[in-house]
Amino acid sequence: MAIFSGLSEKLQAITERMRGKGRITERDLKDMMREIRLALLEADVHYLVVKDLIKEISDQAEGKEIIKSITPGQQIVKIVNDALTEILGGSESKLAVNPRGFTVYMLYGLQGAGKTTTAAKLAYLLKEQGKKPILTSVDVHRPAAADQLQILAKSVDVPCYINKSEKKADLIATEALERGKYLLCDTLIVDTAGRTTIDQEMMTELEAIATAVKPDEKLLIVDAMIGQEAVNVALEFDKYIGLDGFIMTKLDGDARGGAALSIRRMTGKPIKLVGMGEKIDQIEVFHPERMASRILGMGDVVTLVEKAARQIDEAKAQKTLERLQKNQFTLQDMLEQFEQIKNLGSMQDMMSMLPGTAGKLKGTEVDEKEFDRFAAIIRSMTMRERDNPKILNASRRKRIASGSGTSIQDVNRLIKQYDQTQKLMKQFTGMSKGGKRGMLSRFGLGF
Amino acid sequence: MSLLNKFRDGLSKTRQFVTEGFNRVAANFGIFDEDFLDELEMIFIQADCGIEVSTKLVESVRDNIREDGKVDREHVLSILRRDMLNILKTKAFTPDFSSLNVVFMVGVNGTGKTTTAGKIAYQFQKQGTKTMLAAADTFRAAAIDQLKIWGERAAVPVISNTLGTDPASVVYDAMQSAKARAVELLIIDTAGRLHNKPNLMSEMEKMHRVAAREGRDADAVIQNLLVLDATTGQNAVVQARSFNESVSLDGLIITKLDGSAKGGIALAVADEMSLPLIYAGLGEGIDDLANFDAELFVESLLPEA
Repeated sequence: MAIFSGLSEKLQAITERMRGKGRITERDLKDMMREIRLALLEADVHYLVVKDLIKEISDQAEGKEIIKSITPGQQIVKIVNDALTEILGGSESKLAVNPRGFTVYMLYGLQGAGKTTTAAKLAYLLKEQGKKPILTSVDVHRPAAADQLQILAKSVDVPCYINKSEKKADLIATEALERGKYLLCDTLIVDTAGRTTIDQEMMTELEAIATAVKPDEKLLIVDAMIGQEAVNVALEFDKYIGLDGFIMTKLDGDARGGAALSIRRMTGKPIKLVGMGEKIDQIEVFHPERMASRILGMGDVVTLVEKAARQIDEAKAQKTLERLQKNQFTLQDMLEQFEQIKNLGSMQDMMSMLPGTAGKLKGTEVDEKEFDRFAAIIRSMTMRERDNPKILNASRRKRIASGSGTSIQDVNRLIKQYDQTQKLMKQFTGMSKGGKRGMLSRFGLGF
Repeated sequence: MSLLNKFRDGLSKTRQFVTEGFNRVAANFGIFDEDFLDELEMIFIQADCGIEVSTKLVESVRDNIREDGKVDREHVLSILRRDMLNILKTKAFTPDFSSLNVVFMVGVNGTGKTTTAGKIAYQFQKQGTKTMLAAADTFRAAAIDQLKIWGERAAVPVISNTLGTDPASVVYDAMQSAKARAVELLIIDTAGRLHNKPNLMSEMEKMHRVAAREGRDADAVIQNLLVLDATTGQNAVVQARSFNESVSLDGLIITKLDGSAKGGIALAVADEMSLPLIYAGLGEGIDDLANFDAELFVESLLPEA
């Protein structure tokens, strides 16, 4: 993410250039469309999808609202983001369950996409939901593929059917189905060998497996790093085997994952789940709006907020929020915020999730100690001072500085920070009246 | 099938694709005008060459046309061929075996490091080089077993420990063992790691430090080869940059070129990093590995003149 600065920044740069002109010219719009086109292509979105999107977006952007807006750059980003979210979202993305009580999921994809790891993760997820899954590996090609699945199955305590002496994948799948029913399991997850769509023999094998176990869901496993070929791969698999949805893996990397958009658009099939790490529990439900922001390189505010929501004391946050709205934000509140922020983990991590910081933060280390220093300064104040910082005269500041082991400059910096926060906060509370609840709650969590 | 043919065969899809595209736009436009150049750029982008390289290639064609006014098909093709070959630097992996040679296979998850390690070991063992494999991927379940199977196929000893041990300790063992047995080529298979995970990158740096330290008394030559999946999109450039920052890369291996992927990423990475392309992975078989042939690659990307 740090490599390419976000699209919003680029668009904003174009906007800055036109500041004072009063209105956007056709040329400005064209420049913006070019930036959007480049951003999408750099994110590995399929060129045909890019072409379509650009047309849709520029049609919308030509509406009067954009032209009149003070921040056309942001407006356009919003249009793009909405368009992407719409494509990515939409239809139901829950995994189908067979009403007769025994469900079969078949996982397939290119080599190295992460099928085996995903199979085990899926088993873990189902088990967590109270299901009784059984795994099987019908990969008779890659050395030790079956062992890999077996080890992972053991780690999540899920049965795994392996038959290393059998070389016919469809037969193993049938045996696994029988074993699953015998063990009173309710879901079979079939992990298949990686293949390319142009390998006829392998495609025939996949067809045979599908015929043998009649999967309720045929899931394509897609590496988030895949390039322009993604669409062809998905279409070919769909043509020969059938495709019900896909799971995107390695999203914990920094690939933009434009393939998600391309495949969704070109096949119409939903993204069911996403893999977020090497650990077995790192599998998540797919969130269209997050993926849209990611493709545009705009950071992941939603994840940040969710992470914050998990760590932050709900009641305290609510209290702060109320105080913010009433303009009663004091230094005591600020101290509590510092403490909560510290609970969230490293600043570097958090900043990387904020939109627009990608480029700017490159190389700059966030001073984690700054928070500690500020906290110490506030702790050296009396409650009266914390509630009403206006009374902080020179002698009080001097006392606070020596009490907290900092300098008067540090104390002044903190007060300045506090003033800025209050100013910012007023802007946000102003916006909240216009219904921008998202921004407000984001700020209420400490940003 | 000879390796050369295999290489050609693996890229036949690409060739067909670009040729069709080229001919289509040539037919549509008749002459090589601006619209043609735009279409041409899209063809390269579709092959995953990336915007930078694609733009560069097309710009060069444009400049040439402007200069000499020649717009015939052969001329345009020859410019493209020349520029692509300028970007793609290749290097055969021919170590000097007067001392121990150590090769680290590095890359993100699922690019084919283990498979490629097995294939390289086989090639050198066959030539009579005293070769050894080390299973330093102690994270992925059964990665060690997978490499051991490759070791058996290639008749090459495999140094390993159990799942979960510090990979640097495997490197240490392998270095000791390689020195004691007067091994000429030690290939170290490492775990796939995403380049944006600092802890995993420092784990790799540690392995590297251990190898350098233990290899000093044997004048060991240590190389790092980045394994890239041909189906990867523009993230491959980021991968190469990050890995290079961590352990300084000596070359690239592009795998899965036998699939439908066009592998234009080879151009994007080679252009950005000025790293030589060493091998091309062409399938799951033990001898499905060819020296990267730039001429053939370019030939497959471009239609016949």
